[in-house]
Amino acid sequence: MDFLSYLVSGISLGSVYALIALGYTMVYGIAKMLNFAHGDVIMLGAFVIYTISTTLGLPAIVGVLASIVICTIFGIVIEKVAYKPLRKASSLAVLITAIGVSYLLQNAALLIFGSDTKSFTSVVTLPTLKLFDGQLIISGETIATILVSVVIMVALTLFINKTKPGKAMLAVSEDKGAAQLMGINVNRTISLTFAIGSALAAVAGALLCSAYPALSPTTGAMPGIKAFTAAVFGGIGSIPGAMIGGILLGVIENLSKGYISSQLSDAIVFVVLIIVLLVKPTGILGKKIREKV
Amino acid sequence: MKKKRALKQTTKSNLITYAMLAGAFVLVEILLSTGNISYMFKGLLVPLCYYSILAVSLNLVVGILGDLSLGHAGFMCVGAYVSASFSVMFQDAIPQDWLRFLIALLLGGLVAGLFGLLIGIPVLRLNGDYLAIVTLAFGEIIKNIVNLLYVGIDENGLHVSMESSAALNMTENGRMIIKGALGITGTPNDSTFLIGFVLLLITVFVSLNLINSRTGRAVMSIRDNRIAAESIGINITHYKLIVFAVSAFFAGIAGVLYAHNLSSLTATTKNFGYNMSIMILVFVVLGGIGSTRGSIIAAVILTALPEVLRELNDYRMLIYAVVLILLMLANNNEKLNHFKEKISISNFLRNRKNGNTLDKEANS
Repeated sequence: MDFLSYLVSGISLGSVYALIALGYTMVYGIAKMLNFAHGDVIMLGAFVIYTISTTLGLPAIVGVLASIVICTIFGIVIEKVAYKPLRKASSLAVLITAIGVSYLLQNAALLIFGSDTKSFTSVVTLPTLKLFDGQLIISGETIATILVSVVIMVALTLFINKTKPGKAMLAVSEDKGAAQLMGINVNRTISLTFAIGSALAAVAGALLCSAYPALSPTTGAMPGIKAFTAAVFGGIGSIPGAMIGGILLGVIENLSKGYISSQLSDAIVFVVLIIVLLVKPTGILGKKIREKV
Repeated sequence: MKKKRALKQTTKSNLITYAMLAGAFVLVEILLSTGNISYMFKGLLVPLCYYSILAVSLNLVVGILGDLSLGHAGFMCVGAYVSASFSVMFQDAIPQDWLRFLIALLLGGLVAGLFGLLIGIPVLRLNGDYLAIVTLAFGEIIKNIVNLLYVGIDENGLHVSMESSAALNMTENGRMIIKGALGITGTPNDSTFLIGFVLLLITVFVSLNLINSRTGRAVMSIRDNRIAAESIGINITHYKLIVFAVSAFFAGIAGVLYAHNLSSLTATTKNFGYNMSIMILVFVVLGGIGSTRGSIIAAVILTALPEVLRELNDYRMLIYAVVLILLMLANNNEKLNHFKEKISISNFLRNRKNGNTLDKEANS
């Protein structure tokens, strides 16, 4: 029974990683950059919910909606101000800027909210599920996380494959120049990608902080890095890859927490990343990209 | 003709760097001997050395290799912990301070360099984004693991545990060396300004010679065009590994200096975490990516400045972040670059001397 309970909570944690990893992988696919600030958008979203629901006392759903809207706006603004002027710059310059943005968000939150850890009130009101005569206990947060993630992933897959803006995203990530010649507004498509990625990060933030209710300015950093690991694991740039990678990574993390050592689980996750990079750097579903001169 | 002139320029630039260091050293020594130096500034002398070493060594990765390492503080942490454990362990066995410190320095640097190799082997084959994320993860994990580590020594040898000091099962003569989150206490204070300065000088010497060597040129050609470099037979991973390991080695040396400057050593976010790695990156970026001299100047200014302007301390990290973003945006702004070229005095003089504008590119 232990195994099953680790597995279920692993899938739940993995779904959150998958939601965050989607943001990484979509941005990487389209803008060919690693958006370091993505993890901090999660933290930002969680703080919005904390302010609205805990401090102001409004219903949780208002907080979640406000958090999605604010994160979306932040995602678009960050892209416009910091990344857009660097489209033609070296990847090192873009990377340093992204780290600057991430650091800016963390420290702005530190100045506004202070460094102490806040206890986050769960936004989920589902009851706890008891199976097999109470041997397997699944919390409402776990169920909600899995359900919400499945709905979002299905919706996102449909959006990308069936709608015009979604197909535009695929086209831009394939070939920016050709997409532009076909009449696709590249700048708007990139903005849309950042907007969707950040909205997903807001949802992930709400779910993550409901399950692990400790909120501080560095809350987003570690899940952010792990989600990136998940994106690499699944094959960076690939949307189904991010989903599979996220869930696998969550399961690996929780199983190693249960059976090996809870303190070493972070290290184990990164050993996975290094093994993936050694054996198959393109990930499970990634395509091998040939560099052209 | 032209080649000779280019060679002279690098030599000249290197000489300016050494002269600057020598001048700074003489100035500090004069101030120290006349007593015209505040207590606070005296306490900053060794930190200035190890921050400069960190900046120069990170500049090797960011400026010469063109990749980003966010785990520099992690390598520093490795160097600090390895050397401090060694010094505490052999404090009585090796009574000569200089010999013990020399071994501690070599040990700290070599182990940090070894970690650099271990991380570099899987990651340096890939493009730069992976290095950033893996080194960042490495820095955080090293910090966490060190905080869980309990090491003790008794007549049966070393005992290591990751749970508690009781789990070490030592005899009553046992001595604790690393006490988990409490770190290492009783490290001998072997770091002095003179040693720090000599180490900085060695770091600068190795760094400048590496940059101007065959290896350095190979690495820079990889940075500028990976495919072209590979097609003329340069072994990319091999050269990248050399530079990365050297950089990690010197970060470890800086860690040794750091550990032996304080009597108790703990690993926190502030000294060995992400914040530290970013701070070193700010030194390099502000000093001008690729410029050894600039890295040192930026490290000195940014270390001394917050001590002088204490009111700004709360906003320091915020300012670092803004500096990173604005510098990158300004560097890649076409209009601004054009303007800079227009007003550049050295360009103006050179153009007048040569009577042509062909050299314009040389400065960009």
